[in-house]
Formats: sequence, C-alpha cells, structure tokens
Amino acid sequence: MIRLEKRPEPSRAWTWATPPLAVVLTMIAGGVLFAFLGKDPVIAIKTIFWDPILGEFAFYYRGQLLVKAAPLVMIAVGLALGFRAGVWNIGAEGQYIIGALCGGAVGLAFYPAEGWYIFPLMVIAGALGGWAWAMIPGLLRTKFHTNEILVSLLLVYVAEQLLAASALRWLKNPEGQGFPGSRNLAQYPAGSNPELIAGTGMHLGIVAAFIAVIFAYVLLNRHMTGFHIRLAGQAPRAARFSGVNPARLVLFCFGVSGALAGLAGLFEVAGPAGQISIDFNTGYGFTAIIVAFLGRLHPVGILLAGLLMALTYIGGEAAQSTMGLPAAAIQAFQGMLLFFLLAVDVLTNYRVRLSRGQA
Amino acid sequence: MTKATPLLLIEGLTKAYPGVVANKDVSFSIGAGKVHALLGENGAGKSTLVKTIYGLVRPDAGSMRLHGEPYAPADPNAARAAGVAMVFQHFSLFDALDVAENIALGMQDPPPRSTLAAKIREVSQTYGLPLDPGRTVGDLSAGERQRVEIIRCLLQAPKLLIMDEPTSVLTPQEVEILFRTLRKLASEGTAILYISHKLEEIRGLCDSATVLRLGEVVDTCTPSEVSARDLAEMMVGQTLITPTRVGGTDGAVVLEVTGLSLPASTNFGTSLKEIGFQVRAGEVLGIGGVAGNGQDELLAVLSGETVTDADTVRMNSQPIGAMGPVERRRLGVLAAPEERLGHAAAPDLSLTENAMLTGAQRRGLTRNGFLNWTKARAFATEIIEAFDVRTPGPGHVARSLSGGNLQKFVIGREILQDPQVLVVNQPTWGVDASAAAAIRQALLDLATKGAAIIVISQDLDELMEISDTFAALNEGRLSSPRPAAGLSVEDIGLMLGGAHDLEVGHGAA
Repeated sequence: MIRLEKRPEPSRAWTWATPPLAVVLTMIAGGVLFAFLGKDPVIAIKTIFWDPILGEFAFYYRGQLLVKAAPLVMIAVGLALGFRAGVWNIGAEGQYIIGALCGGAVGLAFYPAEGWYIFPLMVIAGALGGWAWAMIPGLLRTKFHTNEILVSLLLVYVAEQLLAASALRWLKNPEGQGFPGSRNLAQYPAGSNPELIAGTGMHLGIVAAFIAVIFAYVLLNRHMTGFHIRLAGQAPRAARFSGVNPARLVLFCFGVSGALAGLAGLFEVAGPAGQISIDFNTGYGFTAIIVAFLGRLHPVGILLAGLLMALTYIGGEAAQSTMGLPAAAIQAFQGMLLFFLLAVDVLTNYRVRLSRGQA
Repeated sequence: MTKATPLLLIEGLTKAYPGVVANKDVSFSIGAGKVHALLGENGAGKSTLVKTIYGLVRPDAGSMRLHGEPYAPADPNAARAAGVAMVFQHFSLFDALDVAENIALGMQDPPPRSTLAAKIREVSQTYGLPLDPGRTVGDLSAGERQRVEIIRCLLQAPKLLIMDEPTSVLTPQEVEILFRTLRKLASEGTAILYISHKLEEIRGLCDSATVLRLGEVVDTCTPSEVSARDLAEMMVGQTLITPTRVGGTDGAVVLEVTGLSLPASTNFGTSLKEIGFQVRAGEVLGIGGVAGNGQDELLAVLSGETVTDADTVRMNSQPIGAMGPVERRRLGVLAAPEERLGHAAAPDLSLTENAMLTGAQRRGLTRNGFLNWTKARAFATEIIEAFDVRTPGPGHVARSLSGGNLQKFVIGREILQDPQVLVVNQPTWGVDASAAAAIRQALLDLATKGAAIIVISQDLDELMEISDTFAALNEGRLSSPRPAAGLSVEDIGLMLGGAHDLEVGHGAA
C-alpha cells in the first residue's frame, strides 16, 4: 500500500523540481490525448513547445511570446499576492476588461488631440479602473463578509456586458461605418502603446510586467506588508497576533491585483489589440490564475510560468492551424498543466512510503 | 508481593521511529486491581508504550502477555475485545450530539437508545460519575466530557483501563471525583495504567510506578514511599532547582482592567463578564481555571487582538484598550498565546520569520517598513541560545520543532523583548520539567526587574509556585485576586469551580 507521510519540513528540492515534473507529465498525458485524437503526439508536442522558440517561424513567434506573457505575468503577480494572503481574487478578467475600458475611454475622449500627457493619463485611468472594479468584492468581503470568490467571479460577466455595450454603443467608432468596436488606438499616436523596437513585439506593457515582478519580489521578501501577506495566508491567527489588520490586507491585495490587471488591460487595448471590441478579452485573467500557481506564487516563478503558458498559447494556436487540433484540446492541455502541478505538489510536503497493508 | 500471573506482563518492548528510539527494551507488569503509574517527561516514550498496548502501534521487538496468554493486538478493536480500554488525553466527541449518541458512535453494535441510556445511568451511578445521557456534549465541562469517555470505556467492562493525563483539564474537586471512581474500579479488580506528570496525584493514587526516560525504564518504585521531588528527579535524571525570587506587590500599578465585558465572538466561545483587576510592577498575577472559561478571550483583549473601549485597559494610567497589538508592543505590553502553532507562531515560517512576527517593533527589525533579516536572524539566534531551543538553526520552520522547544522559543521571544507587561497563557504546557523550571525562573527574573506579569495557566502547582496574587477565571468571570501565599487547595478549588460541577456522585460513598 502507498502511504503519504508528512515531512517535518517542506522539501526544498521538490519545491523546485515539481514545476518541471508537472510540465513533463503534461507532455506525456497531452501526447496521449492527442494520440486519441488521431494526431501524432510527438509532432504535436514539438509544434507546441519547440517550433515557437527554435522552429522555422520562430522570429515571429518569439516576439509574440513576450506579448502574450506580459499581461499574464502582470496579472498573475498581483493575484499571487492575494493568493499568498488567502484572498481569492478570481475576477482578474473583469478587472482587466474595466481597466482597458477606462484607459481606452480616456484616450478616446482626447481624440484627436495630441499631447505627451495623454498616454500617462490613460495608464492611470486603466489602473484606477481595475482597482475600482476589484474594490467591489474587496469591500463587500470586509464589510459584509461576502465570499470574494463568487463576487469577483460574477463581476467578470458584468464587465463583459459593459465591454459589449461600450463596443456597440458608448465607445463605438463614429467613423466605423456601423461596425462594432472603437476607434483604433494604434492609429492615434498620443494614445497608443506602440512597439518600442520594431519587429520584437516589445511594448511598454512588457516593461511594466518586469517592473511588477521586481516590485512584488521586493514587497514579499523585504517589506513588512509582504511579510504580513505571507503571515496572513499561512496562519491567520498568528497574523492578527502580530498586528495585521485583516480588512486592510484584503483591500490592499484586491487593490494591487485589480490595478495590475487594469494596467495589463490598458496596455493590451492600446497596443496589441488596438481597439475596444466585443471579443477584446481572451481569458488572460483566468489563465493568470494558472500562471500564478504554476509559478508557485513566487514573482520570479511567475515570470517563467507566464513565458511557458504563453508558449502553450502560441504553440497551441500553431498546432490548431497546422495540425487541425481542436481548440478544446489545447485548453484541456493547459488545464492539465495546473492539474499535474497541484498533484505533484504533494511531494513537497509529503514523502511517499510503500508499506504492507496495515492501517 | 509476587503474583503468579500478573494481568499484563510486558517484556523487552522496543519500538524505533526514524531517528529516535521511542521504547527500548521496556519491561514491567501490572497486577489485577492495581493502579500502576507510568511516569516520564514529554518524549520519554509513554505514549508509544500505551499505544502499543492499545494496538495502535506495533512493536519492533518484545512481547506482551495478558492473563498469561500471548497478547499482540492488531488494532484497537482487538485490544478492546481483549478487555483493554483507553481514555485519551484529547477527547474524540462530537459537540453537536448528546452523550448517548456519542457513546453509541464508539460501539461496534450499539443497543437501542433507551437501553443504552439506562446502562449509562447505571454505570454513572455505580461509579459516582454523574452524567445525563441526554445532554448535548457541546454544553458539558471538560470534566464531564471526560466522564463520557470513561463511561464509554466502562461499558465494555475492561480488565485494564489506560488513562492518559486524565487530570490536566480538571478542577481539584473533579480530580477527587475521578480518583474515587478509579479506586472503586481497582477494588473491583480492574487494573489501571495511569499516565501523568503530576507527582502528588501519583503518590496519592498509584500502587506502583515505572519511570521512563528517553524510552528506557530507569526506575521503578512505590510512589507513596518516595517524595515528589525524588520522583521528579528520577524522571529528569538531574537535580531540579525550584524557581526563587523576592516577591513584590508594592510597586506602582502598571496594568489595570476595569469593567471588561465582551460577548462571545463564536458559538463555542466564552463571553467575558465584568472582569476587573490590577497588576503592579514586579507582581506576578496567576489566573487559574479550566480551559475554555475565557482564557483565550482574555488574552486577546490584553494583547490587542480584540480591541475594546480605550478606558477598559489602561497601562500606567494611559488608556490602551483601543490599541492594536503593534501599538501595545511599542508601549511594552507583550503576550504569548497558548496555541503555539498557528497563533503564537506561524507553522511554515522559519524561526527567523517567527522572531520578526512580534519582535519587529521593540527589537528594531524594520526600517521604514523594510525588513532587516540580518537583525531578525540574530534575534532568533539569541532566543535559541538563551532558552536552549533545540533546533539546527533559525532557518528551520516552526513546525519542525517539538512542542516544548517551540514553547521555549515563543516565551523567550517575548521575554527577551524586555516587556513592561507580559501576558502568557500556559507558559510551560508540554515542556519538560527542567525547561519548565527555566521558563518560570525567567518569568520571575523579569518580574524582579519590575515587569508586571500575568500568567494564565491550568497548572495550579505552577501558579502557586510563581504567583504573588491568584485569581480564578470561571465561565468568563474573574474572581477578585487574592494573595497567593496561604491559599489552600480547597480555597483555590472553590474559586475555580464557582458553583459549577461540585456534586459528588451518589453511588460513590
């Protein structure tokens, strides 16, 4: 019989070994899944993991990698702060949408004026929008003890309705011949988030994501607030005893994660997406939850996990177009990654022992 | 007194766990109708030994004989079938169910409720353990809960009853009731294996004793013929130093609590009612009482985890009732809660981080909100050295320490911050005798330096040893503090029990 025995201390080796192990297990299980779908598993895995980095069209994909990873990393870093503190913001997708709407609306309001101050204002509006949307579940939890998981999640669907209304009515391009969607911010220099170096995909949002990683790292390891976050997540009573104000911490975590999600939305709408459209959101806010856990809620881990997840996105799309894999198979593949990570995570805190069948 | 066949004979029992030998070649025997004490410090191997007898642990070597027959229970069911019953230190009862339902849950084949209730009444009458089978367990005192466990065992008519630290949660009067029951059981031929570290109890109750140290039998004796001090020294293996100091209750009032009433925050919490007391510089106020009578709630009010009206708690006449823990620490009011893992310390954080947990303010471990880990590590190391905390280093997580070692760390962390007021709940719970003496001495030294100290404890011996004044907490009410010198056990018992639960069973006379 296999028995799990709790380790006296978490194993450091396994802490680092579980994410790569989870990736390998995902490749194996995903390969089996693809084989059942009648595709060659080796080619499929190679298309997803190898081609975007070193394949024939890698010069294009590599830039895309950063473009996809940046919002994931930025959102995940914020979420990880909350997750570490036991604050469950599941609605980053909504905060991402509202950030894009607010920031985009500010930019559109200035159209066609030119000025250096317009883009910074959009950035601030984006962050504030995400922050405000996140404050709703935060305040409801601290004032009325509602469940923040449900509230934040449901607010995603409210945000999606607002997005649709904006794209169809409030922010619709008056010169768009009736097509849904706003003006294209990419064609409005004062309000756009262009590529910094042509052809690399590098834009300000990517820079911001790196800054967020550094900020979160310093906060968690060197600052009292970060210490309180870790304390509150691990031992809520000890945190209170230490002097943590739980309500303030909840609001802080929601505020930071909401603002970061809003920023990610703004950089996306002003840059790679270009306009506010009905299908502007592509699930970064939800995928970021996987990224946060895949990165062990550690800022540097999240950076790596974000890149990995972006790879599965890009590779997955490539596999869809070149091999005809269904989109659902790719999503299942991404889900497996989190599943295996959580499963092998057990090894960090437990050791497996084989014993004879004696209870 | 040699018997032809003792009821239980244990020979050469050995059980090793990775890294530690819990029992090494342990042998002893218990005769029918005898009360045998198993004595030893934490970690001496008492629990492993009784778990072996109860079928929870399989020995690596050695043999047991019950009634002269080979006895090797595969599990507790087999042990029970052979007539061995055990009352655990921690009860396994469901609060929401009543007594009869709880007892029925533990039975293989429970009889109908009416029959069972009648049986419970009968047994409780016979053995002087008053208990109503229809009461909800959530409403029972700790002593009454223990009776549920005992009656659960007695219904099986055991030949051997194992009791693990049964009196740690009882008032002196409840202890008396329990002892009467145990003596009656023994007189009817039931053997009792009694585990405790309370030496006076063992001297009063037990016919013989086996002393364990580090897994080995180091001595056997007849407890009534040796002094408690000798027993303690057998247990520890060294001479014990009784904490001493010059007492003082004539300093200025440092901490004052007036009119503290607080409704319970949860269903199973205790509300505090009209609590008021003063502690002077250099004074040790001992607060006794059975757990669950408001100790945690009172500590939270003093530490600042629960805030009240500013004037309810005053320090040097300054109202501090509305301040949180951080502000109070700055003023010098420190606390050490009872629950070590999860309250006083975070289990998965390192000792360095746990030193930061309360030390940040007074030890200057932060600057503009940024943490100075070098200083925190130095502080953790200082605690480890000053209080003899056994750990490879400050980088290890709190839960890797044994309970007693973590306790030393938690208490040491507060003492080394040089508090003006220190509130500790169960300061020596689970700590071995020599370390407990060291902690008590450190508390007294702190008082000598002029700190006001409040010790909340269930261990009356401890309170009597170090307190200048004594008060009892019962159902959220605090008796008015009295000088500890000259209080008799009866006085204390009455202060503790209030009107609560003093009856002695009818059949016990």
